[in-house]
Amino acid sequence: MSEQDIIISIRNLWKIYRVGQVDVPALRGANLDVYRGEFVAVVGPSGSGKSTMFHIIGGLTPATSGTVIVNGRDITRMTDAERTRMRRTQVGFVFQKYNLLPTLTAYDNIAIARHIATGRADLEPEFMEVLELLGIAHRLHHKPSALSGGEQQRVAIARAIVNHPAILLADEPTGNLDSVNSQAVLRVLKDLNRRLGQTILMITHDMEVASWADRIVHMRDGQILDWETSRPVPAVRSGSETNTEEPN
Amino acid sequence: MINKLVFENLKHRPVRTALGIVAIGVQVTMMLTVVGLSEGMLEDAARRARGTGADIWVRPPGSALIGFSSAPMPEKIVEFFEKQPHVQVAVGNVVHPIGGVNTVTGVDYEKFVRMCGGLTFLEGGPFRERFDIIVDERYARQNHLRVGDKVRLLNHEWRVAGIVEPGKLARLLVRRDVLQELTGNTGKISQVLIKLDDPSRTEQVIQELKRKLPDYQIYSIEEFTSLFTVSNVPGLQAFINVIIGLSVVVGFLVVFLSLYTAVLERTREIGILKALGASRGYILSILLRETVVLVLAGSILGILGSYGSRWVVMTLVPASLTQKIVPHWWPLATAIALGGALIGASYPGWKAANQDAIEALAYE
Ligand SMILES: Nc1ncnc2c1ncn2[C@@H]1O[C@H](COP(=O)(O)OP(=O)(O)OP(=O)(O)O)[C@@H](O)[C@H]1O
Ligand SMILES: [Mg+2]
Repeated sequence: MSEQDIIISIRNLWKIYRVGQVDVPALRGANLDVYRGEFVAVVGPSGSGKSTMFHIIGGLTPATSGTVIVNGRDITRMTDAERTRMRRTQVGFVFQKYNLLPTLTAYDNIAIARHIATGRADLEPEFMEVLELLGIAHRLHHKPSALSGGEQQRVAIARAIVNHPAILLADEPTGNLDSVNSQAVLRVLKDLNRRLGQTILMITHDMEVASWADRIVHMRDGQILDWETSRPVPAVRSGSETNTEEPN
Repeated sequence: MINKLVFENLKHRPVRTALGIVAIGVQVTMMLTVVGLSEGMLEDAARRARGTGADIWVRPPGSALIGFSSAPMPEKIVEFFEKQPHVQVAVGNVVHPIGGVNTVTGVDYEKFVRMCGGLTFLEGGPFRERFDIIVDERYARQNHLRVGDKVRLLNHEWRVAGIVEPGKLARLLVRRDVLQELTGNTGKISQVLIKLDDPSRTEQVIQELKRKLPDYQIYSIEEFTSLFTVSNVPGLQAFINVIIGLSVVVGFLVVFLSLYTAVLERTREIGILKALGASRGYILSILLRETVVLVLAGSILGILGSYGSRWVVMTLVPASLTQKIVPHWWPLATAIALGGALIGASYPGWKAANQDAIEALAYE
């Protein structure tokens, strides 16, 4: 695997929040490489800095120090406005709470992401196939309140990938879902990764969920463990497609 | 797309939206009503002055245009005017305030009728007794008067002798000698109206009169009626400005409050938009468009409201007040309302645009 295939490269990443007079270090020198087309699960105890790392990769908040290269560009050197622009096309977010706009239909929730990025509010015809894949093509004219949690999350996934982002960041995407809906969402993520080669980073607390990924990285106290210790990644689902073979 | 979001947002909180529109409507109605009343009443006064048929209007030295003149001119001056070349008829009147903006005018009836080409009686007829009064239709309507009814004015009881069409000199006409006596102005008058045998000589006659009576205020009827403007009434412009200022403050507060609560309520949604890469400008434009929609809808309501306020005025107090519909003020009132609203939107808009995305997303 060449350097070229690295889509996210994090080096010595620090994030220190200042709460009143106290410094709260959320990331303490994290290092991570993610390859293009990989599906990576990030696991770790609460407060270990998983969400913070996602927010930095996604350009929602600046790093305190270190470098984060996303698709060839160091986002730690970007201005606020540049990060805003980067968010439109380079990353898609999926959150635990589906975070759809309640006043808009599913279709418009997806379309507004496209509008923000491109100024156009119509979905590409090819994208309808993705919506079929997500199993929400027939639910597009409903408002979020009329959709099940699993459907809402799949709409949120559609919204996250409508601009063909380099990476999809999913922060506990199944955290609010029962196992049936979780399975559906995970299958969708896996499909996107397999069929479209979508790079995905997914935070989860659930090892069962993590086992859907190609690779699992552990975080603790603001650091990535497998990088630091070179300990092998724990076993993944038995008989599963892949964590040994190369992601495509 | 933004418009859809704006529309859905407004629809999502129908009561708040409706209240915002109504408040802006009230603001616009207030402005259009006060301007409509000012212009309407001045126009009405000008129309009544023109309705006299006079070509020249003479007022005593140093008197204010609108204000309640006493009667400082000697009655004899009418004879002087009548002796001037080209003067066909001169009428001296006494004008006396009766409270509010209303006045009663004492006329030399025969001459006045000759000058104005006759009064149109809807009911009744000319004076017959000393304490007879002729009222115009609006005054009669406002006070529910019929011929033969008694009216109490200036501590005296008057009998309604006739009800005439409005538009000639005054709403209330009484006999000049009676009014002079009653108000202690015997032999004195407040104004002289002059009709010429040839109106094209008006300027020439005015020049001549001014030479002979340098202290008097002598106007052609065009000049005189053109003085009936807002700026010529002391304090009126200031009053209008105060009302407009107040209504701007109301609009400002309403929009401020409405958008402020909207921004708080939508903290999370703003965070979502930011996570999707929406710029400050994008977020701001959503709120500004909401403001513009509120103002436009409010202005339309406000314009309709001014028809409503005119109907109320013209039904209840047609004699005391005259309200005009002022279309030339519609864009201005809308612009003023928009100005106040945009100032009101600026803080909530700024707050929304600078919302931290992560905090906003964590917001419950
Ligand atoms: N905005 C903030 N201000 C101050 N401290 C913060 C902020 N966000 C996170 N932190 C702190 O940073 C640390 C890491 O938080 P983070 O949310 O990244 O953890 P996490 O691994 O995602 O945890 P969880 O599994 O509970 O979601 C925590 O100690 C948290 O309290
Ligand atoms: Mg988290």
